[in-house]
Amino acid sequence: MPRLLARSRRQKSTGRETEMELAAAQLLRFGRGALQLRRNFLTCLSSWKTPPRFLKSSQSEALYNVSDNGVTFAPLQTFTEEEMMIKNMVKKFAEKQVAPFVAAMDENSQMDKSIIEGLFQQGLMGIATETKYGGTGASFFSSILAIEELAKVDASVSIMCDIQNTLINKLIGRFGTEEQKATYLTKLTKDTIGSFCLSEAQAGSDAFALKTKAEKKGDYYIINGSKMWISNAEYAGVFLVMANADLNMGYRGITCFLIDRDTEGFQIGKKENKLGLRASSTNTLMFDNVKVPETNILGRLGSGYKYAIEMLNEGRIGIAAQMLGLAQGCFDYTIPYLKERIQFGERIFSFQGIQHQVAQAATQLEAARLLTYNAARLSQTGKSFIKEASMAKYFASEVAGLTTSKCIEWMGGVGYTKDFPVEKYFRDAKIGVIYEGSSNIQLNTIAKLLGQEY
Amino acid sequence: MAELRALVGVKRVIDYAVKIRVKPDKTGVVTDGVKHSMNPFCEIAVEEAVRLKEKKLVKEVIAVSCGPKQCQETLRTALAMGADRGIHVEVPESEAERLGPLQVSRVLTALAQKEKAGLVLLGKQAIDDDCNQTGQMTAAMLDWPQGTFASKLTLEGDKVTVEREIDGGLETIRLKLPAVVTADLRLNEPRYATLPNIMGTN
Repeated sequence: MPRLLARSRRQKSTGRETEMELAAAQLLRFGRGALQLRRNFLTCLSSWKTPPRFLKSSQSEALYNVSDNGVTFAPLQTFTEEEMMIKNMVKKFAEKQVAPFVAAMDENSQMDKSIIEGLFQQGLMGIATETKYGGTGASFFSSILAIEELAKVDASVSIMCDIQNTLINKLIGRFGTEEQKATYLTKLTKDTIGSFCLSEAQAGSDAFALKTKAEKKGDYYIINGSKMWISNAEYAGVFLVMANADLNMGYRGITCFLIDRDTEGFQIGKKENKLGLRASSTNTLMFDNVKVPETNILGRLGSGYKYAIEMLNEGRIGIAAQMLGLAQGCFDYTIPYLKERIQFGERIFSFQGIQHQVAQAATQLEAARLLTYNAARLSQTGKSFIKEASMAKYFASEVAGLTTSKCIEWMGGVGYTKDFPVEKYFRDAKIGVIYEGSSNIQLNTIAKLLGQEY
Repeated sequence: MAELRALVGVKRVIDYAVKIRVKPDKTGVVTDGVKHSMNPFCEIAVEEAVRLKEKKLVKEVIAVSCGPKQCQETLRTALAMGADRGIHVEVPESEAERLGPLQVSRVLTALAQKEKAGLVLLGKQAIDDDCNQTGQMTAAMLDWPQGTFASKLTLEGDKVTVEREIDGGLETIRLKLPAVVTADLRLNEPRYATLPNIMGTN
């Protein structure tokens, strides 16, 4: 008896809790039969008296942000005026300058030069970079909005913007020396595309098993090896290459090198013939005794793995935004069709079967949106956001796959043809669950963090 | 004419891509929570004024908007496109519905005289009411010449040559400054504000 009451005092008491405790205590007080029952319970089952919900996760309390001003209670779709203007501008840009080229770019597997130039001119390749390097100095959330709006029209253009902003610019901005920043960030905001080179033929999810070597020779490093699945490689001018400077140290030898395109020994291999995201080039890279000066090491020797992990956390929110925009764009295209198409004398949107499916897809889309926006806002507060970012990427990419698949179904025969854009959205969506951390890896991450909380 | 000041009127209207719904009490159109943006013809007018400024034919571009406080967003867009100053004539929400071309042209007349503008650029009509009256009324009140439905605008000294799109085809007229010009669709292709410009309008 004293034990039960002591427990209720120890826990944070809400009215309901103590009531339950007292009720349980009272039950057991009645007769020794009850007491005997208690003793025969297995210890794991004794938790029915104190249901798990009272044993709180160490994480979920920390996030609740009590404040007096109403601002913290604003819905997630609240943007600052700046963010709203950026979103509108990117939307217009996407609809006017990108949309006319989408079909041709997909067919030829080639990004149109005018779009790349347009992205730079509009300032979309340096959204969160400081103004002194030619960037815009806007917030990370603005980049997320830009990526989302671009993806509504073409996911390949969106990924180009995403990689530049969330991976390349961030890496150099955060870990680069003043000199490296002055050299590279100014180029990256003006006319140079960057490429992030981590994966290899034998190192995908198991990224740290990479075999590209970097041997020290005086104040140079000689890089040998090859990379695979490298986005943007066809158009990039600077490459952030993860190579291992000391294979004996395992992943602790991985270092990030800044390599320019025309370095001797560095070759860009053939472009992959992909199912989706075809306008974005994905190539193999070959390094044959490539000489890289020591000053081109980004950050510290052997810390490359740490930088990769940190950057990929934020990169995940970018991918979530891309998948979100893709799904939304596909959805926005399909619904007006459903309201026009007449079968059995009625618009197919009036059939409850369709309505239910549409409502389910819209709900999932909204959930993905809120996960993404919340993860983005969280990352700006400096609080831990890894779990939320993983959840956002995992959920958004899965939802994109489901939504685009359903959109093809709803459009019927025309959805299946290349004359309509929905099949492109469907093909583009598939990569979402694969790159920048496959779904299984995301689930691993989420589970690991949950394990640490409880 | 490095002395010329251009006054550009911009109107905040329901975005052209939004599906319009009638209010249940049939007194008007649902505007609450609906996406608004700058009137497309006003965008063309702002673009023309900014181009004239870039050609150094106009010294200053002043954007004006009449309406409730949300009009400031529209003014910010005009500033991001390249206007130098924005004037917001605040009209309380309750009276904003009764604001029509007559009232707006009175405001523009007063402002044109106060700011000593030499050129008043407006969109030919707003996409919500399609009135096509403000430009003409403003010119009459100011007693200035008007060039409406302009599809081409050339400033030469103290005269402006306007090519107008009329029912019968194209008409070219020459106006002596100060004048009122209203922009038609084919006058130019408005730019989108670049990100640095948007940030600069803080």
